[in-house]
Amino acid sequence: MVGNRLNKETAHQILMAVDDPELAGVSIVDLGMIDQVDVTSSGEIFVRLIPTFTGCPALDFIERQVVQVLKQQGFTRIDVAFSFDIPWSTTRITKKGIASLRQNGIAVPTTPDEDFNWEVNCPYCESLFTSVDNLFGPTACRSILYCHHCKNPFEAMKPIHS
Amino acid sequence: MTIIHTAEEAAKNAEYKNVVTQLLYQLADDDFIVAFRGSEWLGLAPHIEADVAYSSITQNTMGHAAYFYQLLEELGQGPKNKLAHERSANERRNATYLEIKNGDGEYDQDPYYDWALAVIRGFFYETFKRVRLQMLKNCSYVPLTHAANRMLAEQTYHLAYWKMWVNQLQSSSATAKQKLDTRIQEAWNECLDLLQLGDQQEKMIVYQLMPEESLIEKQWIHELSKTLVQVPDRPLQKVFSGRKGEHTKDLEQAIDTLSEVYRLEEHAVW
Ligand SMILES: [Zn+2]
Repeated sequence: MVGNRLNKETAHQILMAVDDPELAGVSIVDLGMIDQVDVTSSGEIFVRLIPTFTGCPALDFIERQVVQVLKQQGFTRIDVAFSFDIPWSTTRITKKGIASLRQNGIAVPTTPDEDFNWEVNCPYCESLFTSVDNLFGPTACRSILYCHHCKNPFEAMKPIHS
Repeated sequence: MTIIHTAEEAAKNAEYKNVVTQLLYQLADDDFIVAFRGSEWLGLAPHIEADVAYSSITQNTMGHAAYFYQLLEELGQGPKNKLAHERSANERRNATYLEIKNGDGEYDQDPYYDWALAVIRGFFYETFKRVRLQMLKNCSYVPLTHAANRMLAEQTYHLAYWKMWVNQLQSSSATAKQKLDTRIQEAWNECLDLLQLGDQQEKMIVYQLMPEESLIEKQWIHELSKTLVQVPDRPLQKVFSGRKGEHTKDLEQAIDTLSEVYRLEEHAVW
């Protein structure tokens, strides 16, 4: 019987092992990419993921990783899909996610206001004296910034408000 | 108004299904050809930052196209890969202004592309896309309202990027201003079909999928005028009606090129 051991909570923990392939050490759970996890009484598992950006090329890779870790942990009937009906936003990132991103030199900005103003602390020295170098960074979800206090370039998750 | 929640529900009304399908082809094909022309700029943009930004916008725009093709697949139009790559020019419903080549030459042979065209076309299209998505946010087809909400959040960056270029070039040298103006006048002669809805426009209004074309045009020009120093004071024109499947030779070139790559690796994931 798999039903007792493999429930919703264990599934969530299992998914903590899946990192965003472009952000080592940052799990898809902490990035706020999990919409829904359901385990039926017969042990079938449904996972619904929220992509950060629609054009993110890592989605297929993430899907395969999720299937793989669930298989390794004993799930046999696995249904993974992306739900595009919920917009992802930077507010979905967990506290732990923010901390692990900082360790990667990536800051998480404040949620933009109506006029699209937002602030970001330097991930190295905490200074707010930062500016955007290029809104477009190495991936769709990241921007490149510069800290005028410690003179370091750094990245930030692109602020998204929805 | 009747809200349609799923593709299965849409299928119960053949007319509704047909109208929403026609609209989705316009949305998908516009983003697809814009992303294709964008991809031809890879490595050729004026500097490295522009190259990074433009390719990021292009990749995300291709993601939007793929998502619209996915919605078409759900409506029974066939696999999304085929919809994107295997349809001929006269089956495409993108606006013709979006398909025009980036300039003289070819990508792999003396590409004398014009950045002023990229800037004006990027700015005109993304401004239009935002107006259209804002209208779709409240349309009768729920899967489309979800897509619109998600894309609006992402697309903010695409539009902001081209606005920045327009602003900087408008306050730059006389040559820059003149190059921009040439492309603005060209767009004014060609891009009316971008704002049009094709044969099913009346039904699109009846089924509350899109408002009248005149409203789309008004909103679009209003948005342009917030950035452009001077909006042409004459009626918009068009050469072809892309929404009705009329296209230029340039679209055939685009389809030949992209399907050549596609045929090499038909089952690749994109
Ligand atoms: Zn710093």
